[in-house]
Amino acid sequence: MPAVLVVLAMSIFPLLVSLYLSLSRFKFVRGGFEVAFVGLLNYRKLLFGSQQFHFLGTFGEMSPVAWLLVGLAGLGLVALLVAYVRSAGFSYTGFLWRIVAALVTYAGVLLIVRTNTGGGHPGSLVVTLFYVGIGVCVQSLIGLGLALLCTQNLPGRKFFRVVFFLPMMITPVGIAYAFRMLTDTTKGPFAPLWGYFGWAETSWVADPWGARTAVMIGDAWQWIPFMFIVLLVAIESQPQEQREAALVDGANRWQVFRYVTWPAIVPVSITVVLIRVIEAFKIVDLPNVLTNGGPGIASESMTLHAFVAWRALDLGGSAAVAYMLLFVVAFVCLSMLAFLRRPSPEALP
Amino acid sequence: MNVLCAAARRLLQPRSPLDPSPLAMALSYLVLVFWAFVVLFPLYWVFITSFKLPIDVNDGPYYVMWLDFQPSLHAWRYIFVDLGYDTFRPYLNTVIVSLASSALALLLGSMAGYGLARISYRPRLGSIALFILCVAFVVLAVAWWGVPWPIAAALAVAAFILLVQTLGRRFKRALGNDDIEFWMISQRILPPVAVVIPVYVLFQQVGLRDSLAALIIT
Repeated sequence: MPAVLVVLAMSIFPLLVSLYLSLSRFKFVRGGFEVAFVGLLNYRKLLFGSQQFHFLGTFGEMSPVAWLLVGLAGLGLVALLVAYVRSAGFSYTGFLWRIVAALVTYAGVLLIVRTNTGGGHPGSLVVTLFYVGIGVCVQSLIGLGLALLCTQNLPGRKFFRVVFFLPMMITPVGIAYAFRMLTDTTKGPFAPLWGYFGWAETSWVADPWGARTAVMIGDAWQWIPFMFIVLLVAIESQPQEQREAALVDGANRWQVFRYVTWPAIVPVSITVVLIRVIEAFKIVDLPNVLTNGGPGIASESMTLHAFVAWRALDLGGSAAVAYMLLFVVAFVCLSMLAFLRRPSPEALP
Repeated sequence: MNVLCAAARRLLQPRSPLDPSPLAMALSYLVLVFWAFVVLFPLYWVFITSFKLPIDVNDGPYYVMWLDFQPSLHAWRYIFVDLGYDTFRPYLNTVIVSLASSALALLLGSMAGYGLARISYRPRLGSIALFILCVAFVVLAVAWWGVPWPIAAALAVAAFILLVQTLGRRFKRALGNDDIEFWMISQRILPPVAVVIPVYVLFQQVGLRDSLAALIIT
């Protein structure tokens, strides 16, 4: 009981104060500071006003490809809704939640497409969604591949297991400095390679997408071991009889993976991807140290945006960005939990 | 032709159905060694850079000690001898904060876990709302009315106990163990940046701002 009360107090209190701060403006006055209540002004600034370029981004002209993507996304969401209406577990509250989730997802897709076509620039919200979406996909695929390779009967796989786990033990700031050295095109270790391609005098982190790619590479380097170790344990804890039976019956490796291994590790995969997504939303060390927010604000994540606003003493704006991050993370996690959770194998008859 | 077929068969077919074929083994080793290189190379690069003089760093990439450049201990001497305690202090801080906060988290977490596993709690929704109101009261009292925080906290605790004993008994709606677990696990979703400013202000009021205790509690 005391533990629950302590957690409740330590988490409720800062949340309430942070909410109040996000609805107010912080000012220095004679004798100290004052906090004046301004209502939803900070949020209006972020979404519609003077900070919109920083948070959402600037919108470009919609090209035909952009219209196509937006149209396909809309059709896909409508198809999912129709499939739900036709399914066995239909309920009106479930349908309402799914409509809300589909609308929010569609707004997100629209935002991402409009800030990336024809001269638009993505803001910190879109950049964070990129880091999470592309980053976690790459990390899960590579982690799964490495885990599958390490579960084979290869001599020396214990050495690889230890080596692959190393990057997780290093502090993110250290990784950021290491990758800053590595990505230097004139003095870094790959300088001869860049020279051969004629890129020796350029700096690829001075390009917005180059900076974002550098941050994603650093993030992937650090967190692939996490996916690797969890999926390795999950695959190795499966009983081997089914797999051996399939192999003896003549299935090739792909069929064994598709029909025996993958269904068994799906629950663990979903959980580990959810954990990684939650942590990925909070990324701040790498963009800060590696690119300092990128050329301008090109590689700024939402946490870094809040930090920059805090340093500029705009405490209200900083708290507003932080609360927007909380809403986005809560929406993504609740959607994943609600729409991706399947009954565990023991529950099936 | 027959020789080629035999060689291909020996490469592609495994010795037993449960082992990978020699070709698959070779490909697997290739990928694993490549990824080991990806993991170890940045660490190796940082390691040898720590032994390079500034001129060696600036002249271009040098890869092997004693072959491309002469190693120098000037950087290590600087941080361990010249700066000495300035280098040692952050490590000591990290060790203290991480050990203490891990111990505290383990203690509270295991007590909470044991309680949730053994006992069926039924906290009433009304009591939880009262607790939140009392916390809000402490915050208001300290921030607006300038009440010293020990008095405000003691008053709030007393008020909470009184209210729970009287009003609390009338509340009917209650939560179960599953809801408590969901709440504690959902704390993971909370981004630290959303609470960093209030925590800073909290520690400032309590006078713990530049201390290790603040880091441990956070």
